[in-house]
Amino acid sequence: MTEDGIRCDGRRLDELRNISIKVGVLKNADGSAYIEFGKNKILAGVFGPRDVHPKHMANPDSGILRCRYHMSPFSVTERKNPAPSRREIEISKVIKEALQPAVILKDYPRTVIDVFIEVLQADGGSRCAALDAAAVALADAGIPMRDLVSACAAGKVADRIVLDVNNEEDQEGQADMPVALMPNIGKVTLLQLDGMLKPEEFKTCMQTALVGCKRVYEVQRKALMEKYFQNGEQ
Amino acid sequence: MNSQILDQLKRDKILDLLKTGKRIDGRTLDEQRPLIIETGVIPKANGSARVKLGNTEIITGVKIQPDKPFPDLGDKGILICTAEILPLADPNAEPGPPNEEVIELARVVDRGIRETEMIDLHQLVLIEDKSVIGMFIDSSVIDSGGNLFDACSYASVAGILSCTVPKWEIKDDAPVLVEGVASKPPIKTLPVSVTMARIGDYIIVDPTKDEESCMDGRITITTNSDGNICAVQKGGSDGFTAEQLLQCAETALTVGRKIRKQFEQLM
Repeated sequence: MTEDGIRCDGRRLDELRNISIKVGVLKNADGSAYIEFGKNKILAGVFGPRDVHPKHMANPDSGILRCRYHMSPFSVTERKNPAPSRREIEISKVIKEALQPAVILKDYPRTVIDVFIEVLQADGGSRCAALDAAAVALADAGIPMRDLVSACAAGKVADRIVLDVNNEEDQEGQADMPVALMPNIGKVTLLQLDGMLKPEEFKTCMQTALVGCKRVYEVQRKALMEKYFQNGEQ
Repeated sequence: MNSQILDQLKRDKILDLLKTGKRIDGRTLDEQRPLIIETGVIPKANGSARVKLGNTEIITGVKIQPDKPFPDLGDKGILICTAEILPLADPNAEPGPPNEEVIELARVVDRGIRETEMIDLHQLVLIEDKSVIGMFIDSSVIDSGGNLFDACSYASVAGILSCTVPKWEIKDDAPVLVEGVASKPPIKTLPVSVTMARIGDYIIVDPTKDEESCMDGRITITTNSDGNICAVQKGGSDGFTAEQLLQCAETALTVGRKIRKQFEQLM
């Protein structure tokens, strides 16, 4: 990073990578989205509400949400074993818990909503990008939601707090903090950190990430508007 | 099904009490259950600890042995923390491959100790890129009574503090054990994990199993001896506001200081 805060990929400290989201990219899924977030390329597909298999998982009072985050073997530099790793299982869980507060599951007792995420190419911050795509895919599936979920990471690189840590920065950086927010309700639904932050840095880092989440929200909103309000109707 | 009704009843009771500033077991909101640490319980391990946090009980063993370094980390020793919930610890625990809760537990415990840089891994190198010392810290939950995250983390830290590292010499490029020589592990800082649950608008420290069964959200924050925040994991089916999270960070620092004093006595 240079003295005046220009990062290894040319971004300023508070600049996001390029994000583009396409809604409804899959024919079979009830809802789907494709996101490019920097070099991340991620597909999300949603099925349901539908019958639960195995049956004993069904909840008579509410629907359930399941989530699978998976990385393609060709998504990273060294081929990744296609079997789900412990990291992927943990990420699946935190993504599920980040989406759950937004989805109104009470309306669909005894059913399941399945969210499948496939990381085709990974580039740092893939869990946030995956979450952004999954939230849009849920909305595309017509599932009633309290809010969208928008995610973005912030971190500490070369002693400075930066928005949206990329792969190189994650490797060399001092901290990485993925955050997800329900932007209209103002609730944080995912927060993780690894690295070392002083308490004031923790605060700044979280606030930086939250600003990023709000910007991601605008991109998500625009993508949904493009599909559903093409003719300028509101 | 029955348990869902019971959970709702429990939640009503717990919330009613929280409104008056109390908890079901009489603690204040930011009070941990008593932490009892016993070390050296498994003499065959290089270090070990048995930790009780209220009704939760953990046994941790530390095994230390020479190993090949990770290809991209040839200048560092190996540190791996695992955790498992034994089938005898909980009526709902099953033998077999770990489920997502157990994987999360193990990874959060590992992250806390790794990211605080508790152990100076550079000091565990025998020959760079070829041979290093590996420390394996395996925790078993033997009685599950809530807040397994902190209990496993405390047991892991206590196990590490109690361990002695054998000495290996390099002969013909292979490590050979030197009998009767051992040293203390290279400790840089003391990580303390503090887990909080949100029930309604209340944040409580160190939730019991009953409190966990009806919580809205959970957060685990690990701090180091210098008062830095080094690892965070949010869990549970609902979120937190940004203000609540900043409050949790402060609580983690203050509660953490008390636990750290208990660790210091083990050194």
